[in-house]
Amino acid sequence: MSTTESVVYYDVEDDFAVEPPGPVRAWVRRGGLSTLVFALPMLVIFGVFSWLPIVNSVVMSFQRTNLVAPAKWVGWANFAYVLNDPLLPTAIGNTLWFAVLALLIGYPLPLVVAVLMSEVRRFRGLYSALAYLPVVVPPVVSVLLWKFFYDASPTGVFNTILGWVGLGPYPWIQDADWAMPSLVLAATWAGAGGTIIIYLAALTSVPPELYEAAEIDGAGIWRKIWHVTMPHLRGVLLITLILQVIATAQVFLEPYLFTNGGPANATLTVLLLIYNYAFANSLGGNYGAATALSLMLAIFLAIMSIVYFRLTRSWSEE
Amino acid sequence: MKPTTRGLALGLASVIGAVSLAACAGGQAPAPVAPASPTQDEKVTISVVSLLPGSEQAAIDAFNAQVKEFEAANPNITIEPQEYEWKATTFAAQLAGGTLPDVFEIPFTDAKTLIQNQQIANLDAQFKTLPYADKFNENILNAGKGDDGQVYAIPAKNVYGVGLHYNRKLFEKAGLDPNKAPTTWDEVRTDAAAIAKVAPGVAGYMQMTQNATGGWQLVANTYAHGGRVQTANPDGSFTSTLNNDGTKAALQMLKDMRWTDNSMGSNFMFDWSSINQAFAAGKVAMYTSGSDVFTSLVQTNGVKPETYGLGAMPQSDSPDAGVLTGGTMAAMAADATDAQKNAAIKWIDFFYLRKLVDKDRAIADAKTLAANKQPVGTPVLPMFNRAQWEENQTWIKDYINVPLDQMTGYTDTMFDLKLVGEPSRSTQEIYKLLDTVVQTVLTKKDANIDELLTKANNQAQALLDQQG
Repeated sequence: MSTTESVVYYDVEDDFAVEPPGPVRAWVRRGGLSTLVFALPMLVIFGVFSWLPIVNSVVMSFQRTNLVAPAKWVGWANFAYVLNDPLLPTAIGNTLWFAVLALLIGYPLPLVVAVLMSEVRRFRGLYSALAYLPVVVPPVVSVLLWKFFYDASPTGVFNTILGWVGLGPYPWIQDADWAMPSLVLAATWAGAGGTIIIYLAALTSVPPELYEAAEIDGAGIWRKIWHVTMPHLRGVLLITLILQVIATAQVFLEPYLFTNGGPANATLTVLLLIYNYAFANSLGGNYGAATALSLMLAIFLAIMSIVYFRLTRSWSEE
Repeated sequence: MKPTTRGLALGLASVIGAVSLAACAGGQAPAPVAPASPTQDEKVTISVVSLLPGSEQAAIDAFNAQVKEFEAANPNITIEPQEYEWKATTFAAQLAGGTLPDVFEIPFTDAKTLIQNQQIANLDAQFKTLPYADKFNENILNAGKGDDGQVYAIPAKNVYGVGLHYNRKLFEKAGLDPNKAPTTWDEVRTDAAAIAKVAPGVAGYMQMTQNATGGWQLVANTYAHGGRVQTANPDGSFTSTLNNDGTKAALQMLKDMRWTDNSMGSNFMFDWSSINQAFAAGKVAMYTSGSDVFTSLVQTNGVKPETYGLGAMPQSDSPDAGVLTGGTMAAMAADATDAQKNAAIKWIDFFYLRKLVDKDRAIADAKTLAANKQPVGTPVLPMFNRAQWEENQTWIKDYINVPLDQMTGYTDTMFDLKLVGEPSRSTQEIYKLLDTVVQTVLTKKDANIDELLTKANNQAQALLDQQG
């Protein structure tokens, strides 16, 4: 009796118990639907504003269009155009030059500052705030400010200051040879704060007893830095290095605002060239060439990023 | 450099380009242009070019007064003033992105290609409603006509000849006669050196170098030396002649002033607005630009009128020497509606043109400007003909407040010198190639002018061939 009753009961009240649940229902039961609903706005926004434009630009790199008349398929013509453009080697060379200068000036400087700051005991917060302050200044504002400082006349701000110690006047951004180092200097000032904070955080992870042990062994400050601090920063240094290389490959703001690629194309970078292809012509840009070069740069940066992920993985596994 | 998480996004840089490009890709094809008869009643709002960004309050007040007057006469039209400066390097992006005012301004040189590309609207029906439509100088009007003979862009605002602008105060300081503008390039060179000597940090003479304006002014300088930068062939093709003797002479002069005399100061990156700024600030003693630039020097840069002088573009002995002339046209984006176009033509008539041909309107306009202490009477070239232009000058005689006696160097010869239009093909692109040439000459001591021009000429020819 009771068995019969229980069978009836299950039949009437609960289908699921009789048949095994389907995969969709199981997915819904596990909360998949609500996850999807929550994720949907993000997916739509990401799809419409990120992936759709990316796909469109890949398509556009094989077309000739002025965004008004219907686009024409041109095969690899845009890529051929870009690769034959005499300005491309100039732009790549300038971008590499920027990267090298940034490595020479911009890479070691934050490290030195961070190590020095970690050594001081008093006013540490003040120093941190001062070091980070330039990062807070909007980039356009800082560029315009530096542009003013870089006035090449003897009465310019930097030239006046350097004149007090008998140096200069220097041409700064008004000279093809000086322009790029000047840009790197300003970019370093603007960006060093963020890196300094990263290094400072990494420095706190160095166990103090290692310094004490080194001191007992008679190590001075430089030997402590070289034998204790640096090995602990190795991983962070590697990451910041690769991130910097990727960031410098994309340098746009400084050359665009300081010199617009001049003087005489001395600061024309790859990204500025892309911008110029697309937007600098008053009669409608060469959007095909711009997207073609964008695509090539994207592939290059993707390779860089893979290297980055490989390296960071091996670092975190150590 | 700041290594940041930027690097994590694969190829973010390219994505920036890609996103901005593709975001524009959704732009719609222009609606078929159907001339319509203007209607009176429909309520419509149009945005129009007001003044340059950063203009002084008095200039804004004067403009607003004109808007009020227009709206009172046309109650169905609302005007939205929008600050605007045409720049070769931003115009295309603004047009594609739809951020231009409804009625915007373009240089003569660009209209034909914009029409071919179907990027600007057909305003023919509206243009024909102007009572003086048939009185325009045909050459000027032609710049805004399509292959179909219809009017797409309407001459507006100005027709200029390039002149030599100079700072009278710096002339006096150097012991030069401020009432005597240099009339030859040798005099320009001597005067520049004299000024640079007594005023350290000041450029005795400077030229624009950036954003296609470097090429624009080098071509003006080329014409002044009797050269031309492109020639039309009987078969319809064009030949680039950037390596002509006039351009070489113009560049050699810059090279000598820069590296031998050191009379060009120490800043060499200027475009139209930044050289105006430097001139008004007394950092540049002489430069060449459109004859009408005084108005924006006053409205935007606060130049002191008593320091300003305008001379004719110095001409070489060559029989081909001439003055570069150009100007501004009013146009609308291809997707403008008929109601907008009908409103726009009324605004173009009211703001730009009627004051040139109608006595009452000329006086009313001059009165408003003068009351707001805005320049009246800045020298421009006639849009219709010389007789009409002279008549117009007599109408507004009482309101002219610009120091015309300091501009006689230009006005005395403005109808005598040969006027030469800008190169008609790939103009702005060729100007940009020449930017690089001018910048190189001014920033690299060992620059080889012949080599630079040969290289630029090959590139320019490729552009011309591409355009067919």
